[in-house]
Amino acid sequence: MIDERYLRNEEKVIYGLRSLYGRYGYLPFNMSKFEEYELYVKNKEFLVSDSVITFNDTNGKLLALKPDVTLSIIKNCQDEKGVKQKLYYNENVYRISGSTRQFKELMQTGLECIGDIDLYDTFEVVSLACASLSEISNNYVLEISHLGILSSLLDNTCTNEEFQGAVMECIKQKNSHEIKGLCEKYEISDDKAQRLCNFVSIYGKADDVLEKLYAYDVDQGFTNAVNELKSIMDLLKSTEYKNNIRIDFSIVNDMNYYNGIVFNGFIEGICETVLFGGRYDKMLKKMNKSSCGIGFALYLDLLEVLYKDFTEFDVDTLVLYDEKVEINDLDACVKEYMENGKRVSAQKSIPSKLRYKEIVDLRGEAK
Amino acid sequence: MINVALPKGRLGEKVYKMFAEAGYECPSILENNRKLIFENKEKNVRYFWVKPSDVSIYVERGAADIGVCGKDILLEYEPDIYEILDLNMGKCRMAVAAKKDFYDNTEKTLRVATKFVNIAKKHYASKCRNIDIIKLNGSIEIAPILDLSDVIVDIVETGTTLKENNLEVMETIVPISARLIVNKASFKFKTEEIEKIAQGLKEQVEAND
Repeated sequence: MIDERYLRNEEKVIYGLRSLYGRYGYLPFNMSKFEEYELYVKNKEFLVSDSVITFNDTNGKLLALKPDVTLSIIKNCQDEKGVKQKLYYNENVYRISGSTRQFKELMQTGLECIGDIDLYDTFEVVSLACASLSEISNNYVLEISHLGILSSLLDNTCTNEEFQGAVMECIKQKNSHEIKGLCEKYEISDDKAQRLCNFVSIYGKADDVLEKLYAYDVDQGFTNAVNELKSIMDLLKSTEYKNNIRIDFSIVNDMNYYNGIVFNGFIEGICETVLFGGRYDKMLKKMNKSSCGIGFALYLDLLEVLYKDFTEFDVDTLVLYDEKVEINDLDACVKEYMENGKRVSAQKSIPSKLRYKEIVDLRGEAK
Repeated sequence: MINVALPKGRLGEKVYKMFAEAGYECPSILENNRKLIFENKEKNVRYFWVKPSDVSIYVERGAADIGVCGKDILLEYEPDIYEILDLNMGKCRMAVAAKKDFYDNTEKTLRVATKFVNIAKKHYASKCRNIDIIKLNGSIEIAPILDLSDVIVDIVETGTTLKENNLEVMETIVPISARLIVNKASFKFKTEEIEKIAQGLKEQVEAND
C-alpha cells in the first residue's frame, strides 16, 4: 500500500501521468540508459543541447548517456501502414548545461505517436499535452504554432538561407525591430517587410490570431497550413483546455526535423518552458522511415520550484534509548507510535539538526 | 506585480525615467540611499538595480519579468528571452580596434583581447580567421599598446579613449543599443501588463525618432 504522504509531488505527478497515458492506450517504453553515439552525431540538431556525455564500452565502441529519448524510440519503431504505435516513457536524460558546462541529469516524461498519423492523433496528442500540464497546475499555457505557416511566409519573402536563419532567430525572440534592418539589407520590398514585422507580433487566442492570418495573402502553402491549424484549434475549442491555449509563432523548432504543428507548455511559477512537442515527420524520413510522428516531452525536474511547502518536522516522534533498554521493548515502542501514523526515529542521543515534534525518552528505564 | 531589472548607472536612470513617463513611476527610487529594491504597490511594479551584465540572467531565470540591457550583453550571453523593443538609447557599437599603424598579416594567428569572447569568436569564425582570444575584464585598450594583443574587440561610444591611446577602429561588428527584454514564461502569464508597459515605452521611442 502506498502512503501518499511519502510521495514527493513530482512522484505524484508521474503516477497521475502514467495512468492518464495508459488510459489512452499508450504503452510504457523502457530503455537502457546508453545508446550508440553514432545516432546523435547524425542528428545533432535534433538535440536540445549539442553536447553529449560519451564513454567507451568494453569493446571500445563509443557510447553515450542518453541525451534524448525520442531518437531511440524512432530508431526502434516499425513502419506499418494504417496503424500507429503509441508509447510513453519516463526516463532520465543526460546533458551538459550550457553556461557552466556541468553534467546534468534531467527527468523527462513524454509520449510519442508514430505511424499513420491523422487529425485525430494530432488532436489527441495536443489534448494530452494540455491534460499533462493541468495535472501539475491549473495555471498553465500551451502555445501552438504551425511551422508550415512560418516556412511559407519566409519562402514567399526571400529564399536566401542566411536571411531566413536571421529572421527565424528574430521571430524566436519576438524581435520585430531587427527584422526591419534585415529586410533593408536584403532589399525586401516595403510591403513584404511590413508583413513580416506584423507577423512577429501576432499571438494570442485562436480566433483572433486566425482572423489576422486569413487576411494574409501569401500562397497556397500558407493557406493550407492555416487551415490545418484552424481544424485543430476548432477541435480544441470543445475541450476544457480551450482557455489555456494560445497561438504563438515564436516557437521555432529546427525545420529540418520538425514540420506542421509544434507546441510548448508553460506553468505559472516556473521560469522555463516545461513541455516541448511537435510533429517530426522529417526526422523519421531522415532515418529512412515512412511513418509520421508526433509527441512531446515534459521536464519533471523543473517542477521542484513549484512546491514550496516543506514539512515543519523531519519526524513526529524521537525515541531515545540506551544500552539498558531491551531491544524488544524499543521495537515495540517504535511500532506503537508508527501504527498511530507517526514517523519515528530511534536514536541514542538527539541529532543536532533533526526537527522533531515530541520526545519519548526510554533511557534509564529499568528492565 | 511586474518585476523590472534595471542596469545600475546612467543608462538605468534614463530608462527609469522612461518607465515613469509611461505611468510606472516609483518615487522612492530617486532617494539617495543604498537600497536596491523599490516598490510601488499602487502601480503594481517593483524595480531593482543590478549590474548591467547581470540583467539578462535575472530575466532569463524569472527573478525579473522584464529588464533593460545592452545588445552587447544579449549577443555575448545569448539568453533564452524575448527581445521586444529597441529603446534606441545607450547607442554605441561593437568594433575591432588596433594601433593606428597596425598591419593585419593574415599569415599569422590574430591575437584578440576582449571582454566579449563569444562575440569575437563568432565574428572571426564568420571570416574563417584563426584567432587567439585573450579574455580581459577591463582596460582593454591597453592590450595592443603593451603588445599583449594585435587587436581588441570592444564597445566604442565616442572613440575618445581609443584616440587618446593612439588606437583606431578597424571595423564595426554590430551597432549596439538598449533593449527591453522579457522572460518567456512571464510573457505568457502577465501578457497584458507587459504589453502595456512596452507600448508606453514604444510611444516614447517613436516620439524621439
